[in-house]
Formats: sequence, structure tokens, C-alpha cells
Amino acid sequence: MTQVLHRSTDSAAEPKAPDSPAERTARRKALLEWIAVHSLGIAVALFFTLPFVFVFLTSLMSDSQALSRDLIPHTWEWANYRKVFDTPGFLTWWKNTLIYAGLGTVLTVVSSVPVAYALAKFRFRGRNLTLMLVISMMMLPPQVVVIPMYLFWAKQLDLTGTLWPLIVPMAFGDAFSIFLLRQFLMTIPNEYVDAAKVDGCGDLRTLLKVVLPMAKPGIAAIALFQFFNAWNDYFGPQIYTSDNPAAWTLSYGLESFKGAHHTDWNLTMAATVLVLAPVILVFFFAQKAFVEGVTLTGVKG
Amino acid sequence: MATHTLRAKHRRSVLRNLAFLSPWLIGFAVFFAYPMISTVYFSFMHYDGFKPPTWSGTKNWTYVFEHYPFFWPALRNTLWLVVIMVSLRVLFGLGVGLLITKIKTGTGVFRTLFYLPYLAPPVAATMAFAFLLNPGTGPVNSILEKIGIPAPGWFNDPTWSKPALTLLALWGVGDLMVIFMAALLDVPKEQYEASELDGASAWQRFRYVTLPNISPIIMFAVVTGVIQAMQYYTQPLIAGKVASGVIQGAGTMFEPGYPEHSTLTLPQLIYNLGFQRFDYGSACVVALLLFALSMAFTAFLMRRRGGLIQAGD
Repeated sequence: MTQVLHRSTDSAAEPKAPDSPAERTARRKALLEWIAVHSLGIAVALFFTLPFVFVFLTSLMSDSQALSRDLIPHTWEWANYRKVFDTPGFLTWWKNTLIYAGLGTVLTVVSSVPVAYALAKFRFRGRNLTLMLVISMMMLPPQVVVIPMYLFWAKQLDLTGTLWPLIVPMAFGDAFSIFLLRQFLMTIPNEYVDAAKVDGCGDLRTLLKVVLPMAKPGIAAIALFQFFNAWNDYFGPQIYTSDNPAAWTLSYGLESFKGAHHTDWNLTMAATVLVLAPVILVFFFAQKAFVEGVTLTGVKG
Repeated sequence: MATHTLRAKHRRSVLRNLAFLSPWLIGFAVFFAYPMISTVYFSFMHYDGFKPPTWSGTKNWTYVFEHYPFFWPALRNTLWLVVIMVSLRVLFGLGVGLLITKIKTGTGVFRTLFYLPYLAPPVAATMAFAFLLNPGTGPVNSILEKIGIPAPGWFNDPTWSKPALTLLALWGVGDLMVIFMAALLDVPKEQYEASELDGASAWQRFRYVTLPNISPIIMFAVVTGVIQAMQYYTQPLIAGKVASGVIQGAGTMFEPGYPEHSTLTLPQLIYNLGFQRFDYGSACVVALLLFALSMAFTAFLMRRRGGLIQAGD
């Protein structure tokens, strides 16, 4: 280390370092590569960010300007955001989304943890079969079983038009969460579990006192995914709540917003920003858990 | 005495396993097994949700295949999405993953910017793209015309609507970028060093070192991409609705797949048949076909040894 430092100060002191031509071409090649990679990186970054920028700029335009081909607002109409919140229903949709996403996340975590733990740490006949079924369910399009499920909620229970058909299923373990958490629990050495047993812990106590504290990152990841799934869900709310606007969620209401303001791109884009923003905000606070979750399974449900 | 306690112990552990698995077991029975059996049952019944179901034999099946005008276009669209959208997404995801491993300055910023669109809620992302790609007032066509490139009609033109959806799917490639990045960083460094000593070019290093090492991840991305393409619902629906200017709940029945069935997918058929035409029986026929296709790909995903998804420990 000192030698390197010494040499670099040496060469800096000399007016011109006597580089060999080979060294110089290598250095030039590395520089060119750096420039090429970063230019390409900036080009790709523009592709990923410009849509956000244009949406945001349009959300601040006046009604008439939003219909023109201008890219930058003449006047910055921050009042557009007020107008969105004043739209009947918008606050209710926020509330519904928070209930669906919040309650759904808690129920999913509570019901998925014991299943994932059993699949990761218990040995029993039929364990592999259960895991296969979990994975198959994860891959199953929700539309496959929707007809009987809808008829069940509508005819037997008369609960369509409420949030219950969206929330209740989450109390029975979510396949993607079970799988992700099981993958995570597999990485916790069995010795911890065995040691807890020797100390006289029962299975439930071992799970709660020993395993769960170590599984926090995995639990954070499934909670985040589940929250975003509910936040983003369009199909569920469309099926179960479409005839009662008081039970709509943001994702579903957003689309009707376009209908109510059919040509007002500025207000529609302001509403779009308001649906996007919380997701991005949550991501910045929980980036690590999120990226870890994606890598762990390599798949989103 | 000994066998007695042994048996008691065994019984206790069976009870314990059942207790831990019970949320999933109940969920599986109520939200999968029961509706699957009902779907098969309804696929042979005539049922409009009002009059009690009546036996109709294979009428629903022949209706879907021979008379329902949307089935074959939807299947063709799904095939298009599976072949073109999925392969472009995997290639682009791999490209972006490679790029991010080469970026040395500001890596965190680049990675976050590349990843963020993946998180955008599908409805919001599709509405944003419907606006950006609006042929009349959208910024993309304004820019294209300024630089003299003939601007396509995107979501309003049947030949461009699926490419527009593909563009939206490429924008949300962040999930693939992350898994490819992880796989690329896992390739053993010694293999690159050895091939460099042998005088391999950059392309040869990619072809003979990188590709074989990440091929399971590529396969994983392809198969999960295919399954996602078969579930493709929100984006084509919203794109079609916004582009056609249909107003929700205004009493007009929306013809799915605007323009000219070009964005119609199989899940949309289930919605159209069941919840717009109140023909639950025929909707169940499409549901069963979708189920068969998805399970075939899932089986492929799990069957490969050395596992894309490993069941055992």
C-alpha cells in the first residue's frame, strides 16, 4: 500500500511519466470503454425515467395545454392535485386501498409463516408434494378459478361490493409468500432449531423466539410484495367491487377517473402520479428487502 | 410401553405438522380444489347466474371453439405475446443486467433508475403509456415527428398495439435485470481469467463462459415470462379502454381487445364471457384451457433436473 502511494506521488512529481506505448493503449482502451458503457447507461436511464418526467410535467399543465403537443407547462398548475383530491370518491379509494393492502399484508404474513416454517424445517411424508402444489398455485392465473369464486361470494355469501372477497383469502396463506419465505428459512442453519429444542422450547416457541428474529428480512420482503400486490391489483377489485364505487380501490378507481375526465389528461396524469408516488416512496425506504426478495426467488407471483 | 409412547409421539408430530400447514391446507381446499371442481362442472352446464344451471353437454365447448368470435384472435395474440414479447423482454433484461455489471460510476443510481418502472402499478403505467403514445397529443409522437420519423398509431392501430404493449413490458424489465445481475456476478472469476489467458475475445468469453453459467436463469426467465404472458390482463385491457375512449359504467358494452381484437388475451375472454355476457359455462371452458396451458409450463419449469425451482433440500 505504502509502495503504491509512494510510486504514485513519484510519478506525479515527475513532469511526464514514461509510459510504455502498450500501457498507454490499454489505458486509452479502458477510458473509451468507460465512456461507451456510461453513455449507453445514460441512454437506457432516459428510456426508464422520461415516462415519469413527461407524466409529471403533464400533471402540472392547464386543461387546454394538456391537449396540445407542448412538453413543458407554460404555467405550473399545482391546483390540479387539489382537484384530484376533490374528485368524489378519491379519498375513499385511498382508504379502501390502505385497508386492503394493510389488513391483507398482516393476514398473509401471519398465515404464511407457519406453513413456510413447516416446509423448510419439518421432515414429513408429502412435504415435497405440498411444496410442488404451492409452486403450482403460485403459477396459476387468478382468472382460472374466478367464476366459481365470484358465484360463491355473490350468491352464497352476498358479499360482493365489499372488500371482504379481497381480504379474507389472504388469511389462508399466499403461495408466493410461502415459497419466498421457505427459500429464506432454508438458509437458516438447522443447528439453531435443534439447540432451541435441547433448551426445551416447543415448536411454536422455537419459531417465535428463535427463527422469526432471524427471518426478519424474509418477512419484510413478503410483506412488501403483498402490500404492492394489493396496491396494484386491478382484477380483484374489478370482479368483486365494480358495482359499488364506495368499495373501489385506487388502481380500479384510477381507470374510471379517466372516464369521468375523459379528455383531461392533466388531471388523469396527476391522479396517476398520486397512485405511483407511494409505491416509489416505500421502495426508497425498503430497497434492500425488496431487491433481496426478487433475487431469492427470481420470480414475482 | 415403548411402542406405545413411540406411537403417541408420532401422532403428536402428525398433529403438529397439520396445525402448522392448516392455513394453506384450508386455503387450498376452499380457494383452489373446490373452485376447480366447480369450473369443470360449470363447463358442461348452461348458467347465466339467474336461472338454475342446466346440463348442456359439450355445447359450451363447441360455442367457444366454433362460434365465439374472439377465441381464435385471443389465442393468436397470446401466442404473439409469448413468442415476441417474452423473448424481447428476456433479451433486454439480460442486456440491462450486463450493462449494470459493467457500470463502475454511480452504479446505485443507475440500478435504482432501471428498477423503478417495474414497481409502477400496472394501471398507472398503462395509463401513462397510453398518454405518452397517444398519436394526437402524446410527447413520443411529437418528438418522433420533430426528428422526421413517421409516427405510428400505437394503441390505436392494430399492427402497432402489441408492439406498444411490448414497449411497456420492456420498460418494466427491472425484475429480470436484478436476477440476471445476481446470476452474472455469480459466474466464477477464474473462468474469465482462464479464457482470457487462452486469448478468447469478448464475444467468445460471453458465448463460452457467461452463457453456459447463466443458462438456467435464462430458462427460468423464459418460462415465468410465458406464464405471465398467459395471465396478461390489466395492461391490454386498460390500453384498449383508454385508446378507444370508452367511458366506464356508461352502459355501453365495451368490445374487448380494441383496436380490432388486437389486444385481446385469454383472461379477458373469461371476463367478457362471464361478467359481460353472463355465460358462466363458456367462461369456464376458457378457464380450463388457460389452466391446462399454465400447468404445462409450470410442469416444464419444475421437471428440469438441477432445478429451476428446486423442491428438495
